Amino acid sequence: MKLTGAKILLECLKREGVKHIFGYPGGVVLDIYDELTRCPEIRHILVRHEQAAAHAADGYARASAKVGVALVTSGPGATNTVTGIASAYMDSIPIVVLTGQVPTALIGNDAFQEVDIVGITRPCTKHNYLVKDVRQLAQTIHEAFHIARSGRPGPVLVDLPKDVIQASTVPKFPESIKIRSYNPTYHCNPRQVKRALDLILAAKKPVLYTGGGIILSNAAEDLFQFATSLQIPVTSTLMGLGGFPGDHPLWMGMLGMHGTYCANMAVSQADVLIAVGARFDDRVTGKLSEFAPHAKTVHIDIDPSSISKNVVVDIPIVGDCRDALKQFNDLLAQMTLEDIAAIRSQWLATIRDWQEKHPLTYTWSDTTIKPQYVVEKLWELTQGEAYITTEVGQNQMWAAQFYKFKRPRQLMTSGGLGVMGYGFPAAMGVQVAKPDATVIDIAGDGSIQMNIQEMITVVENDLPVKVAILNNSFLGMVRQWQQLFYERRYSATPLKAPDFVKLAEAYGAVGLRATKPEEVEPVIKEALHTPKPVIMDFRVEPEECVLPMVPAGKPMHEMLLA
Amino acid sequence: MEPRHTISVWVDNIPGVLSRVTGLFSGRGFNIESLCVAETMDPEVSRITLVTTGDEQIIEQVIKQLRKLINVIKVVDLTTVEHVEREMALVKVKAEDRSRAEVLRIADIFRCRVVDVSPNSYTLEITGNHEKIKAVLDLLKVHGIHEVVRTGTLAIQRSKKD
Ligand SMILES: Cc1ncc(C[n+]2csc(CCOP(=O)(O)OP(=O)(O)O)c2C)c(N)n1
Repeated sequence: MKLTGAKILLECLKREGVKHIFGYPGGVVLDIYDELTRCPEIRHILVRHEQAAAHAADGYARASAKVGVALVTSGPGATNTVTGIASAYMDSIPIVVLTGQVPTALIGNDAFQEVDIVGITRPCTKHNYLVKDVRQLAQTIHEAFHIARSGRPGPVLVDLPKDVIQASTVPKFPESIKIRSYNPTYHCNPRQVKRALDLILAAKKPVLYTGGGIILSNAAEDLFQFATSLQIPVTSTLMGLGGFPGDHPLWMGMLGMHGTYCANMAVSQADVLIAVGARFDDRVTGKLSEFAPHAKTVHIDIDPSSISKNVVVDIPIVGDCRDALKQFNDLLAQMTLEDIAAIRSQWLATIRDWQEKHPLTYTWSDTTIKPQYVVEKLWELTQGEAYITTEVGQNQMWAAQFYKFKRPRQLMTSGGLGVMGYGFPAAMGVQVAKPDATVIDIAGDGSIQMNIQEMITVVENDLPVKVAILNNSFLGMVRQWQQLFYERRYSATPLKAPDFVKLAEAYGAVGLRATKPEEVEPVIKEALHTPKPVIMDFRVEPEECVLPMVPAGKPMHEMLLA
Repeated sequence: MEPRHTISVWVDNIPGVLSRVTGLFSGRGFNIESLCVAETMDPEVSRITLVTTGDEQIIEQVIKQLRKLINVIKVVDLTTVEHVEREMALVKVKAEDRSRAEVLRIADIFRCRVVDVSPNSYTLEITGNHEKIKAVLDLLKVHGIHEVVRTGTLAIQRSKKD
């Protein structure tokens, strides 16, 4: 039977298991929106800005381990998604963005609301398509989902001209997929794995440095088994938080620019560094030539281009992190290990010393709320079980430092691109994926204003997202750099914000405020008991700094400490 | 100067692929010295021959990043194997009374073909590797060159001799 492009598209989405779409309509996607009225299996959430649709799809994907989907119109609808796509690309998050396009006959004519979105997003998508013939639609959508979720995941954009959506054909829905030039390597070379394990077994001061790859490949349990059986201390990047339990004795905290003293010292002194699903980003390594200077490195990554990009490694292993860790664990199961506790006791004692000497800390105040205290209380009062999203800046770093994540997929943050305005729409996406969970966006007063319009979306859709604004009346992280490196000249960083309590109320949500330390706990408790969206406005110390800090370009052991 | 590498890239013969490849080079700050593209015997596949420069680590990244593109089927760094390279140039040289014979002599020595003649110029077709073309152009320069157009490098792996 002949079906229209719009119908085929929705049929394809159903076959890919799509239950939710974040989107915004417009002229060239009218037919798709019309078809949605006859498609009860898919729920469409109308955002208030297309950037939010992309971030929401991203948050949804991270929390659910499924592919997130956004649907927007051509021209401005499409360009508005670009920041969200670029962020998903940097963080390897599987989303599919469907953009409407002007009819094929008009492409290239500067038609109304025409933009070359395939050209624009080429460098920030894993792949993208312009569908020129309705007969190719089903195959293309299937490929798009396959590419988004396989290998190193990432965003895929499909541009859909209006005439293609309106045309009809008898669709052939592909059952299997074969793209001749795309075959990600999952299985790690056993010889390399064995070589790596020999190196690790001979190490005196090994460190596991893990990244987002652990989360994406669902390898947390395998990592736990490996780290605990060999008693190897673990640190991770921002993207890897939750990949190893934050309350475990082997956990050293995050490393890098705002990493813990212990994690940075351990990496600086390690003799073997095992990088798993991490990519030696400059926020992690500091001065590259002095990163892990004493260590032989093993690097496990599914993306060959991540290996030896920034640092030349001793044992590269291309493949799925989980596969590598499983192979390690299987090999270990066949061995009789010497007394690991005894072998490791000295190194672990050193680690403990570092932890005790400079734990994550801040100066308490009886009169002003310290932002770190707010995050600590959020952690305590949610028993560490909440899904946390963050904006970007100090709020993000304090969330990373003071919320002890237990599980993978508990933290969603724009790590690679660092997008202010990510956290709130992402939280919306998480809440759609996990309707009964507590979802909190830890925000700054600057960032929250970048996508605040989504307040009405969460109200309208009964998504009880909580926003905790660490309101310091500054673009705090930039102010911190001005304080430390520009002699306190606060250029364009003090900023006004609306009355967030009234704003919440205007949107039909609940607004709460705390101005004194003793008000923090009651406000959080009330927010957590409110079955509606809530904004918590915490008036915090304006000039607090995120510490420790490794100034950009410095080696990691040169930290400014609290 | 950083070493030159001649790289062959087999890609899907569909619109937009070339800009994915060149966009990758500009976006990541890699050099392209020259580039040639045409369909292969299989009409669904095109072959790009490109010349780039960079140290070992950069070339490794170039190749890995190319392989990462979904439409790239195969990448070979021909510099690492025995291969033959050719370029072509069309040169319009000033050839007036005194120099006409001399220009033809140079053309003859380097096995160039004369593809167009006018009362005061010759157009020569030069084929050869990068160095040969440079040598011919240097010799012709003294006579005055009106115009030059050049292809990029083409390269093919040598067959095994045994
Ligand atoms: C879209 C965007 N624009 C600019 C920046 C640069 N930037 C990084 S952190 C920051 C300040 C963030 O201020 P706020 O949201 O109030 O958070 P705080 O640091 O105070 O917690 C800025 C401007 C960015 N990351 N993203």
